[in-house]
Parts: sequence; structure tokens; C-alpha cells
Amino acid sequence: MSNVTLQQITKRFRQVTALEDVSFSVNHGEFFVLLGPTGAGKTTTLRIIAGLEKQDAGSVLFDGTPVDGLMPADRDIAFVFQQYSLYPTMTVYDNLAFPLRSPLRKMPEAEIKERVTRAADILRISHLLDRKTARLSGGEMQRVSIGRAIVREPRIYLMDEPLSNLDAKLRESLRVELQHIQKTQSSTILFVTHDQIEALTMSDRIGVLREGRIVQVGTPNDIYDRPADTFVAQLVGSPRINLLPARRDNGTVLVQDSPLHLPAPKTTHAQFLVGIRPEDVKPVPDGAFSGTVALTEPLGVETIVHIRAGGQTLLSIVPGLTDLRIGDEVRYSVAPERLHYFDPEGMRITSS
Amino acid sequence: MAAQSPAAPRLPVNFSTRVDEVSSRARLARFIRVVVVIAVAIIMLIPVTWMTLTAFKSRPDAVAVPPKIFFQPTLEGFVSLLTDRRQLTTEQIAEEQKRTDLTWIDQLALSRGQVITGPSDYPQRLLNSIIVAGVSTVFSVGLGLLSAYSFSRFSIAGAGDLLFFILSTRMLPPVVVTIPLFLMYRALGIYDTHFGLILLYTVFNLSFSVWLLKGFIDEIPREYEEAALVDGYTRLQAFRKIVLPQSLTGIAATTVFCLIFAWNEYAFALMLSADRARTAPPSIPSVLGTGGIESAAIAAGSLGFLIPVVIVTFALRKYLLRGVTFGAIRQ
Ligand SMILES: Nc1ncnc2c1ncn2[C@@H]1O[C@H](COP(=O)(O)OP(=O)(O)O)[C@@H](O)[C@H]1O
Ligand SMILES: [Mg+2]
Repeated sequence: MSNVTLQQITKRFRQVTALEDVSFSVNHGEFFVLLGPTGAGKTTTLRIIAGLEKQDAGSVLFDGTPVDGLMPADRDIAFVFQQYSLYPTMTVYDNLAFPLRSPLRKMPEAEIKERVTRAADILRISHLLDRKTARLSGGEMQRVSIGRAIVREPRIYLMDEPLSNLDAKLRESLRVELQHIQKTQSSTILFVTHDQIEALTMSDRIGVLREGRIVQVGTPNDIYDRPADTFVAQLVGSPRINLLPARRDNGTVLVQDSPLHLPAPKTTHAQFLVGIRPEDVKPVPDGAFSGTVALTEPLGVETIVHIRAGGQTLLSIVPGLTDLRIGDEVRYSVAPERLHYFDPEGMRITSS
Repeated sequence: MAAQSPAAPRLPVNFSTRVDEVSSRARLARFIRVVVVIAVAIIMLIPVTWMTLTAFKSRPDAVAVPPKIFFQPTLEGFVSLLTDRRQLTTEQIAEEQKRTDLTWIDQLALSRGQVITGPSDYPQRLLNSIIVAGVSTVFSVGLGLLSAYSFSRFSIAGAGDLLFFILSTRMLPPVVVTIPLFLMYRALGIYDTHFGLILLYTVFNLSFSVWLLKGFIDEIPREYEEAALVDGYTRLQAFRKIVLPQSLTGIAATTVFCLIFAWNEYAFALMLSADRARTAPPSIPSVLGTGGIESAAIAAGSLGFLIPVVIVTFALRKYLLRGVTFGAIRQ
């Protein structure tokens, strides 16, 4: 059952088209991530769902019923903003209690206290409750922002890049906490980010947004293993996918400026872009192709090896540290069953 | 083990290690700063101090050359300010002096050969000033806040032009419009009424208040209110709970400016009021009246006139000072 559905939403700001014909649904109990680079229209999408912005065309449905006429207060959603939106004149406790003290809810103070205490416990900010928010650290502020959402049990949580202002370590721990909260309370979250790692690690499903259009909706596996186009292929995966221009020669595909020759897909295209994930390029002694090591980037658990072959450089990722040195000759193989083919416009070619 | 680590808590340091408190050059710089501030303060306070001293001088002391700094303080000035008096002849004075039922105020007047005939207009004028300035300030700040909020938050067709129009009401020098206003006020029957002056000061201050407050409200991120809207509040509730507390600084600053303008306004008050609604500024010089310049009375009148504004500004100083740091903290 879908919780929130967007139907052909279009939104313009004067001459800028922020969203164009956007449709997708978020199901009950789902962690849905909207992934896209800055300016793709992610914030605008959330603001339209919240009722803070009015779309020019299309409809927002909650449980199948249009809510386009409802005020934000009546939509029963919680919004975690990209910029901190804690009230500097109030204590942390009052910030957390603020949504519960809404005249709409008429909640008794005792229950407010109980809920605030519980949320503070979950987010481990109990010791901050009496503090004013102005002097909190970034991580603490972001916890309080999330806390202000989870004191309620709204239809859906809208989270606008809530982790992007934090340092890597904090981001990681909050990421785990959020997932934990979502799974234990089986709440519905629409989470917006430009960070592909966040999208891949946290989501049940991902919607990829590019320049106001939805390019692909699918599970993290779909997105990673069957990217709909080169944009999605390059957006997810780190280091980036190798994308090489190639052409068909009978049953094989010849990569331009490179000794690489690969099995061709069963289509009639003459020109291709071939996508090879770095983990599918494996330096092995009996590899089919050869090249020279142009650069190595040891990351501890793995090492990125830049292999130069002809006019192309392939990125390869190997576990642990490597003995390969810059300038070394190296043989490598490419997993043929894991190749991605795109037409010259960048759309995926399904070879079957 | 833990005690040896550099991060372990150490004994509290009970002397300051701040550079600006130990370096001799920093201490000298601070000393110079304090001296300069005190010197400037003294220069700024000389007129006020002199006025205060004059208010307590007798008539000969007030005009003495060279000016007296040490003198016998008297309340003569205040008595002249607050009463109407009649000059007595020598026989009348002798007669009066025989009476035993005189209060110290009557005696003070008598010592200058005068008898008190009744209270003066000054308290009423001061009250008029308080009413006119107070009410007009409340209206200009209140209306200004609502319009500033609307200009800041909603997309209003022709907002720029409207804002310029509002500002343009200030471009005409007041003296140019006093005569037409006088005629209009008389025709409308609001000449010499509190309402007339309140209306005028409100309109005059509104442009200023809209512009000043809009700047402050623009500084408050919209997300604050939007968060409140999403959390189940109406726009009006969000305004009251979020915008209002955060714009206190701006409201305080605007209040002080509007109040000072309305309080000090002289030209319009002189032209548009005569008696019933006359405010203090045009009436203080009229104490000049009976028998030569009453310097002490004028000084006493000015002193009384100064106090209400000082009280309000002092009461609001907490918000005014916070305004200075507010912008620096936000990121
Ligand atoms: N209030 C606005 N006025 C004008 N343009 C806007 C406004 N809000 C967003 N936009 C434009 O719409 C596009 C999408 O913005 P946004 O939804 O904020 O992107 P994202 O959150 O993905 O970075 C951008 O080009 C942005 O400049
Ligand atoms: Mg955004």
C-alpha cells in the first residue's frame, strides 16, 4: 500500500523548471531515498509534499487521496530541514516539545514529557535537554532536529540531507541510528541526499533525480547493477564506473584506443559506451589484457589501481594493499557477464 | 595511567592565561581605551550635567558670570515650572509674610516676591507628550511589523515599488507640508487633538519602521516558520511563537527610534496643537514668559522631558545590545 504518491508533478520558478513530470510512490514502512546532485529538485519535491510549495501541475496523494488543498499543518508529516531550524530562543526540551504543543494536538504535558524523554534517549541527547540550542555542536543540533521529528508519529518523515553538514564519523553513526529507528518503529521515511553511499546503505528503494526528472526508481541493487543510463551509472559507485566509447566488430566490441575486446550484446547498435565497474577489472597473472600501472591509491581495506592501456585508463579496485608499483606491467581480466552497455545517448541497452 | 595522559583533567587554573590579561602592551592598550572612553563620556555628558545643575540653581546663580559650579541648591526652578504665579507689590509681600499657613512652596515663591495662583500647564503637556508619543509609537511599530513581515515573506505584486512609495513619504521636508496639514486638520476638525498628532506621527514613522523591521525579519530564516507550519501551527501562531521572539531586537530598536522622533517633534506640534493636545517640546520655551528668562525653570522642564525617554531606552537596552551580536553568531 502506498503511503505517499506523486503524480506527474511539475514545478516552475519563473523560467527555471525545478521539477518536470515527477511521479513515484513511497510505500508504508519504507525507507525511500531520493538521490540526485545539487539543484536536481530534491528539496522542492519535499516542500511540495509538505505543502510548503504549490506545484504547477500534478497531484500529491496520501493513501490514494489527493491532499493538494491541505495546509502543511493538516498533512501530518514531519520535516527535517537541510539547514538547522532549531529555535535559538528555546531550550532543547522546548524545541523537542514544540510539535507536540501544537494547538492541533492538545496533548497533556505529562505525555509530552514522556515522549520528549523517549526521543532524547533514543538519540542520546538527554543530557542536553536544558541547554539553549545556540551553543550546541553541529552533530548535536542535527540530533535535536531529528528528535523534533521523531517525537511525533507522523504519516511520513521528510528528511532533507540531514547528515550532510556533519563530519564523516558522525554521519556514519547517525546513519546507523536512523536506520535502526526506522526499522524498529517501522516508520516511513523519504530521505533526500546527494551522497550515493547514504542512498545505497540506508534505502529500501532509491529514486534518482536529475535536473527535475526521475531517471530511475529501484532497489539499491537495481540502481547499482542495472543503471538506467550513464548518469545513474556514474552517480553510484565509488570509485566511478569506467565508461569507454566502443564499436561493434561482428561478435565483439572493440574499445576505442584500447586493446580491450569484449563480447557484444545481442543488439543492432554499432556504437556503444561500455561501463565496467572498477571491482570487475581484476589484475591477475593470466589476465587476458595487459597495461601499465599509472597510479595506485591505497585506502587500507582496498587499493585503487589506475591501469593505462592504449589511450584509456581503467580504474581497478583490489582488496587490501598491493605490491604493484607505478610503471609496472600488469595483466588483468574483465568479468564479461558484469558489463554495462549504453547507446550513444547514454541509455542502457538490455542485451537479451 | 589516565592521570598521565595529556587529555586527563588537571587542577583548575585559578589565574588567567589570556594574552590580553598578561601582556603589558595589551594592558597599556586597555588602559588607553578606558581613558578615551571616559573622556568622550565626559564631553558628551557636559550639556546634560550643566542642565541638571542649572535646574537646581537660583535665578542669580543661573546667570552668574563666571558660571558657578558650587552653589546653594534650590527648588525654585521646579516651582516656577510647575506653578502659575503673580508678582506682588511691596505691601502685599509684607502682608503675606505675616501669614503662618504658608507651605514651603509658597514661601519659596514669596522669597522672590510672588504668590502662587495655581498649577501650571507643564504636567498636562508632559502627559500629552507621553500619550501622543507612546500611542503613535505602538501603532507605527505594530503596523510596521505586520507590513514588514508581509513584504519579507509573501510575494507581493510590485513589492519594490510599494516599498519605494512608502519610503518616498519621507522625502518631503516637514516644513513644506505643515501649512497644508494645518488647513486640512482644521477642516477635518482634528486640529489640536491627540488623535491628530498620533495619526501624523504614526504615518510619519511608519515608513521608517517598515524598512527597519523588514531588514530584521529578512534575517530570520524562513525555515523556522516553515518548521512550525509543518509541526501543526497556523501562520499567525508561527508568527507569534517564532518570528516575534526572534525580532525583539529589531522591535526594540525601532521602538526607540520612533519614540525619540515622536517625543522630540517640534514643528508639527507647534502648528497643529494649541492647548488641549499641546505636547512638551513647543511649550518648554514658552516658560520663558513672565519677567525675564527663567533659566532654572527651562532646565527643570527639559530635565523632566528627558527622563521618560531615558527610562524606555534603558529598559530596552538588553534587546538593543543583543542586536549587536545577533548577526555574528548565526552561521
Ligand atoms: N524559491 C525558489 N525560487 C527560484 N528558484 C528556485 C527556488 N527554489 C528552488 N529553485 C530552483 O529549483 C531548482 C531545484 O532546487 P532544489 O529543489 O533546491 O534542488 P536540490 O534540493 O536538489 O539541491 C534549482 O535550480 C533551484 O535554483
Ligand atoms: Mg536541497
